Parts: sequence; C-alpha cells; structure tokens
Amino acid sequence: MIGCSTVALLEVAAAALHNTAPSEVGSPIPLHWYLVMSIVLFVFGLAIVLSRRNLIYILIGIELILNAGSLNFVAFGSYRSREALVDTTIVGTFIIVLAAAEATIALAIVLNVFGLFNTVRPEDPNLLRE
Amino acid sequence: MSFPEFCFLVLATAAIAGCIITLWSRYIVHSAFGLMLTLIAVAGFYVLLGSDFLAVTQIIVYVGGVVVLYLFGVMLTPPDLGERSVPRILVVGGFSVGALVVLVNAAYGIKASALSGYDAAAGGTARGTLIRDVGRKFMIKDDYLLAFELASVLLLIALIGAVYIARRRGEAVR
Repeated sequence: MIGCSTVALLEVAAAALHNTAPSEVGSPIPLHWYLVMSIVLFVFGLAIVLSRRNLIYILIGIELILNAGSLNFVAFGSYRSREALVDTTIVGTFIIVLAAAEATIALAIVLNVFGLFNTVRPEDPNLLRE
Repeated sequence: MSFPEFCFLVLATAAIAGCIITLWSRYIVHSAFGLMLTLIAVAGFYVLLGSDFLAVTQIIVYVGGVVVLYLFGVMLTPPDLGERSVPRILVVGGFSVGALVVLVNAAYGIKASALSGYDAAAGGTARGTLIRDVGRKFMIKDDYLLAFELASVLLLIALIGAVYIARRRGEAVR
C-alpha cells in the first residue's frame, strides 16, 4: 500500500521533527492527514507541470493542483463547523467551475496551436504570426 | 485503526497510485485514466469530510466532463513518446521531494493556537445533506449570489470562446 506507507512515514517523520506524538489508534482522522494528502497532490501536479513536455500534460497537472487547493479548503471547513463546511463547499464548487472553464479554453487553444504549428510542445510555438 | 482511518488510507492509496500513473505513463490516455482515479479518490475524501454536494459535483463535472474532454484532446493531438530524459527527471524529482518536505514541515509547524477553532473530533461529522444550505447561500444576496451569477457568465464566455477559438479556418489548418 503505497499511499498508506507514504502517509504513515510522513506522519511519523513530521511528528519526530516537531516533538509531537503521532495520532493514537482509534481516534478520528487528524486534520494533518488531509493537509499532507493535499500537499502530495499539489507536489505531484507540480512535478507533472515541470517534467512533461506536452501542453495536455501541463493542463492535467494544473487540474491536480486545483484539486489540492479545494481539498485543503474543505478539510479546514469540515474541522471547523457545519457553517464553515457549507462555505468551503461553495468555494470548492467555484474552483470546479473555474477548472472546467480553464480546461475548455486551454484545450481549444492547444488544438489551435496544433493546427497552426503541428506540435503540442510548449517550447516549439515561438512565432507571433502564422 | 478506526473505520474512517481505514477508508482514508485506501483512498490515499488510490489517489497516489493515480498520481504516479499520471506522472510516469508514456501514453496520455493512461495518464488521463490515472487522473480519473485520483479525482474519484478526491471525491471520496469529500465524502469522508461530510461534503456530499462537492463529492457528487466532482464526479459529475470532473470525471464525467473534464477527463472526457482531455480524452478528446488526446485523440486530436499526437502522442509524445520517449519524453522522459534522466537528468530532467532527477532535477524535477529533487525539486519535488524538496517541496514535499518543506510543505509537510510547514503543515506540522502550524501553531496550536492558530488551530484553536478546529476541533479534531469535528472532522466529517456533519450530519445530513449540505445541498439545502448550499442552495440557500447561493441565492442570498449578501452571501454568494454575485459570485454565482459571475460564474454562470464565466461559463457562458468559456463556452462561446472555446467554440470561437477551436473553429476550423479553411486556410489556417495545415
């Protein structure tokens, strides 16, 4: 179980660094687990954006980063109160709306770039004219 | 290990496996399905946190819409094979691990006083559906009515803009 061991390892390492006890067995999920999960999603998104040389991969990485932000929001809201959970749910909905609009426009631009330059690498289109 | 913790760890495994597939696969279609796995797992996290509305929205919009959109984009563009050069992976991997360590440290370094309003026992305990509350907040002028209307206008602009940008021009298509 990659995720299991990763989260547990990060938990133990960070607890050792900050001299706090790891969460006890049987307790409710600690807020920090969600923060760590969100960080993992963000870092994977960042790695995809940085490492892949294809515009569609970069968009996929941006989707992961947006999801990480949304998950962080909802985690904090859920651990605060029901009112805050409703507010953060609405924020998460707006993030999804923005991501959908972004994906639509960006894919249209990618298709247009491919039609004009016959490539989807981000570094290849270097002309301002056709 | 309590049942919510077990669910969290299963979902975390699925999410990270999806991320790894997305990051490592040579084919964009595999990556799109890895992204789908991750997004479904994040919807599961929303369920664990008690936000049912967002979980269903995530599945409908992301898994049903955005991933399918990416699959269409994949079908219309060529694959990039053999794009994984070792120095690039080392640099990006080192940077990513560094960012991971720094951010996890920052998350565990949050002062207890800053988290005073956050109750560890309150996570995911919201009972009943949130849809009624969310709908009311969307329709109340002092809450989110303006943002709601702006979001709808934004979606309309995105729709028209995408059709305009992606339309086929007779002479420009080579």
